[in-house]
Amino acid sequence: MDLELMANSFPKLLNAAVITLKLLSASLIIGLFVGLFFAILRLNKNIFLNKFAYGYSYVFRGTPLLVQIFIIYFGLGQIEYLRSTFLWVILKEPYWCAIIAFALNTGAYTSEILRSAFQTIKPGIVEAGKSLGISNKIIFYKIQIPIAIRQSLPAYGNEIILMMKGTSLASTVTIMDLTGVAKYIISTTFKPIEVFIVAGGIYLFMTFIIHNLIKFLEKKYSFN
Amino acid sequence: MELLAFGKTGWGDELFIATLMTIAVSITAMLIGFLFALIFTPLKLSKNKLCNLIGNTYTTVIRGVPELLVIYLLFFGGSGAVMFVASIFGYNEYIEINAFITGSFAIGIISGAYSTEVFRGAIQSIDKGQFEAAKVMGLSKFAQFYKIILPQTLRLAIPNLSNVWQITLKDTSLISVTGLVEIMRQSYIAAGSTRDPLFFYSFAAVLYLMLTFLSMKIINKLEAKYSRGY
Repeated sequence: MDLELMANSFPKLLNAAVITLKLLSASLIIGLFVGLFFAILRLNKNIFLNKFAYGYSYVFRGTPLLVQIFIIYFGLGQIEYLRSTFLWVILKEPYWCAIIAFALNTGAYTSEILRSAFQTIKPGIVEAGKSLGISNKIIFYKIQIPIAIRQSLPAYGNEIILMMKGTSLASTVTIMDLTGVAKYIISTTFKPIEVFIVAGGIYLFMTFIIHNLIKFLEKKYSFN
Repeated sequence: MELLAFGKTGWGDELFIATLMTIAVSITAMLIGFLFALIFTPLKLSKNKLCNLIGNTYTTVIRGVPELLVIYLLFFGGSGAVMFVASIFGYNEYIEINAFITGSFAIGIISGAYSTEVFRGAIQSIDKGQFEAAKVMGLSKFAQFYKIILPQTLRLAIPNLSNVWQITLKDTSLISVTGLVEIMRQSYIAAGSTRDPLFFYSFAAVLYLMLTFLSMKIINKLEAKYSRGY
């Protein structure tokens, strides 16, 4: 055990963890909107929109996240047309490419979570709203969405933790996040176990915090 | 389309072999995962606190740490660990471990943590009466487990194991960082030499979709087989 290396690498890894958290929060926020959008499409009666949303979630859940990042980072830059538009400002940055890939990926999972949450809402609740003379729009925004969010909290908590682990793939497109820095230290010192303990410990700590945060929210918004 | 031609002009045969490699790694990793589950599920269900702690540490650490980090640990530390064990037996030469073994082992450890949780959940959800009835019938401990508990566990576990399989299959793409030529690595090589990453990575995505689609079909059949009578 090289305790000195562990102590030396800790501040570097902690700094890198900030980048991991930034990637995570940006992709979760965008992903939540993407997910809500596609969940609403899935509930739509229009077959075309329905199939489109299903296809989206099927493709993004059926392929590895690594492929998605590579398509966006290496693949999209190949299209000449894209290079001439303002989108290129975003797409040439690995940081934004990673966030786009993560957001689309977590969006697909979130849409499934929200869809099943919407479907478990008892029809009686919607009917009760209708019989009170509330408009469909307000029923949706003020009754269905809050209930669906509460219903999907446990599953969404898992998704946040999975996504946090997913952000480690950003290191494959040159971003120095927690895993990227850990790999760099391992490959320069050849002390994988020490670095793994420190970096893994930081990841576990973040998992622990997220887990408890979700538990707290679940308790706060429980129906009883 | 000529990019995908078989033979020397295209990448068709290389990608085909790479797909077989992905399947081989996934199956090996899944089996290694079952092995880990076989060890750690009893530990997690045991009444002994120390056993419990070991089982819980395994599943918590592996499920809370990114797959890539576990792969780097084994990739950089694997041969060192094996050489250390070999040196105890008096063998001091350099040992290099094959990328296939490192990769399957890394993914296997990860897959095992998920499988352990699935088996634990399945065994816990079996009615207590079943255990008691098996005991009352005077069956041996072995028969109790293999004839009564395991068939019921499998039925409950298969839907969740199919999720573990999907995760395992997708995780194999990460071993491309160790240089093992599976779908992702082959696409990377092809994209680099043809300067057509969009095509090859999209094709890789299609290959993975095909694999997940086909495995779903097979798993659905298995599920139907094990839920006979329900």
